[in-house]
Amino acid sequence: MPERILDVKNLKIDFHTYAGEVKAIRDVSFHLNQGETLAIVGESGSGKSVTTRSIIGLLAKNAKVMGGEINFHGKNLLSLSEKEWQKIRGNEIAMIFQDPMTSLDPTMKIGQQIAEPLIKHKGVSKKEAWKKALEMMKAVGIPNAEERINQYPHQFSGGMRQRIVIAIALICEPEILLADEPTTALDVTVQAEILDLMKDLQKRVKTSIIFITHDLGVVAGMADRVAVMYAGEFLEYGTVDDIFYNPQHPYTWGLINSMPTLESEKLEAIPGTPPDLLDPPKGDPFAPRNAYAMRIDVERKPPFFQVSPTHFAATWLLAPGAPEVEPPLEIQRRWKKFKAMQASADKGE
Amino acid sequence: MTEKKALLQVKHLKQYFKNGRHTTKAVDDVSFDIYEGETFGLVGESGSGKTTTGRSILQLYHPTSGEILFDGQDVAKLKSRSDQLAFRRQAQMIFQDPYASLNPRMTVEDIIAEGLDIHGLVKDKDERRKRVEELLETVGLNKNHASRFPHEFSGGQRQRIGIARALAVKPKFIVADEPISALDVSIQAQVVNLMIELQKKRGLTYLFIAHDLSMVKFISDRIGVMHFGKLLEVGPADEVYDHPLHDYTKSLISAVPIPDPEIERSRKRLTYDANKEEFDGKKRTMHEIRPGHFVRCADDEVAHYEAVAQSYE
Repeated sequence: MPERILDVKNLKIDFHTYAGEVKAIRDVSFHLNQGETLAIVGESGSGKSVTTRSIIGLLAKNAKVMGGEINFHGKNLLSLSEKEWQKIRGNEIAMIFQDPMTSLDPTMKIGQQIAEPLIKHKGVSKKEAWKKALEMMKAVGIPNAEERINQYPHQFSGGMRQRIVIAIALICEPEILLADEPTTALDVTVQAEILDLMKDLQKRVKTSIIFITHDLGVVAGMADRVAVMYAGEFLEYGTVDDIFYNPQHPYTWGLINSMPTLESEKLEAIPGTPPDLLDPPKGDPFAPRNAYAMRIDVERKPPFFQVSPTHFAATWLLAPGAPEVEPPLEIQRRWKKFKAMQASADKGE
Repeated sequence: MTEKKALLQVKHLKQYFKNGRHTTKAVDDVSFDIYEGETFGLVGESGSGKTTTGRSILQLYHPTSGEILFDGQDVAKLKSRSDQLAFRRQAQMIFQDPYASLNPRMTVEDIIAEGLDIHGLVKDKDERRKRVEELLETVGLNKNHASRFPHEFSGGQRQRIGIARALAVKPKFIVADEPISALDVSIQAQVVNLMIELQKKRGLTYLFIAHDLSMVKFISDRIGVMHFGKLLEVGPADEVYDHPLHDYTKSLISAVPIPDPEIERSRKRLTYDANKEEFDGKKRTMHEIRPGHFVRCADDEVAHYEAVAQSYE
């Protein structure tokens, strides 16, 4: 059993707005294993960013935690004071933000920005920190580091800035790295480089990563485990193979099916839009857009059904006595592949 | 190929921007044709000049040199206001950012009908309203939404409004500049399907600009690959994607993440060094290596690309 480094239990977060209470996170539980990458996928507004921000204590002022706990080294992070947060943030838990254009200080030399966490958290001398910053710049692949350490963010391209952000996040060798769409603003070729870099550094620094994205292609390459989030809830989670080859929730089917594959003739779009979380639906939140929805989906929220020891999905389709449905062709193709993979794994053992 | 009619011909288009003493060659000698009824996908990274190409075609910039022929007519030579208006009616644009491209102070009806008003296509208010309602229904929105403002809509809905606006004047040709990159995955598919459906119904011709190769391959009949202001490769979508000739195209395709863990685990990324071609001083032009499949290369490189094409067979 891998060691659990982070344990989130029954997290509930509301946002106070003029229109009313937006129930952004509605009873979310998950854990992060030592050294793994957990990807949280979902559309904008599904609550994935709010979930990670709560783990690093950076929720907006109008957010209110309505319940639950986030356990990290025996402490409930939700009960920390701002003083205590400052000791953890950037030190034991670090974050990479989506937009490298806005997450750096334009008035500070980048060397200073990379060295700052070391000086603040580890009490390292300025000179020593500067040396470490230089090493880190080389590690994240910034050419001419000696020269560029004295430059300002505007002198770097988007990809280089994201490397700097990664250098800042990793310089204290955090136990948990939160990456909120770290490559969404980048070109595909640059994205591929940054993802390779993150995988490489993860091995070296031995950090655990929570990776947020809406790009299933990126997830397939980065994640050990995947959680699918929708309307403030987790609908399905499992290993990357469970989710990509043996998906059970119709929303996961829809997500996979709406991506163009090499053979697809027509894109299968998910109709409609996500529900309004001012007044969240009481049943399965995906039911109104779900072609496979049953009457019970609208009325009662499905619990998590266990598919395998690593794989859980909250859909009534898995309930005993539920009707057999035929998933989209692409999903059937993937199921077949999953069976074949299992069969060959059994043989191998 | 010969019986297809080229609706748009871009010939040696150059678009330079002067920035003090420095000149940026955003588009540098780019030529391609777009045939009637097809979708031509233009891909490339940010800064490759793909958006500038689209905008130059619509005369949103004044090209530095080169010709743009629309229906056989050079659009830069349209002098009279009525000729220019006629061209703008034929060629419309869908913009990338549905949050920035709709005037927040105008109702949806006024946004969509602006083109109708300018071109004098409706007689009175009732007809205007009726046309707007038809257009809203065409793009899958509720006709009662006409009196609302853009902020009341989600990203996908806004992009539908942008499409309705482009369709209002019944154009033949639409430049779609990254129309889906600001949208969520499940919504992207909706918008792409809508664009395909409209193309079938109305015989539209698209220039589809994007950086997402998998989506471009899906929607396009032919693809052009741009890098640093130059068009490096043009060909049928499947050809370019499955049998890329240029090293840059190969590197671009190898970087696209595929939603399949097994493929991802065995991915081999190819890198491309543009300096190799930029500074060797050779004169490069488009050469047809396979029927309809062109690559930008020097005369003495043709044999190399022939061999590359051969290797796929």
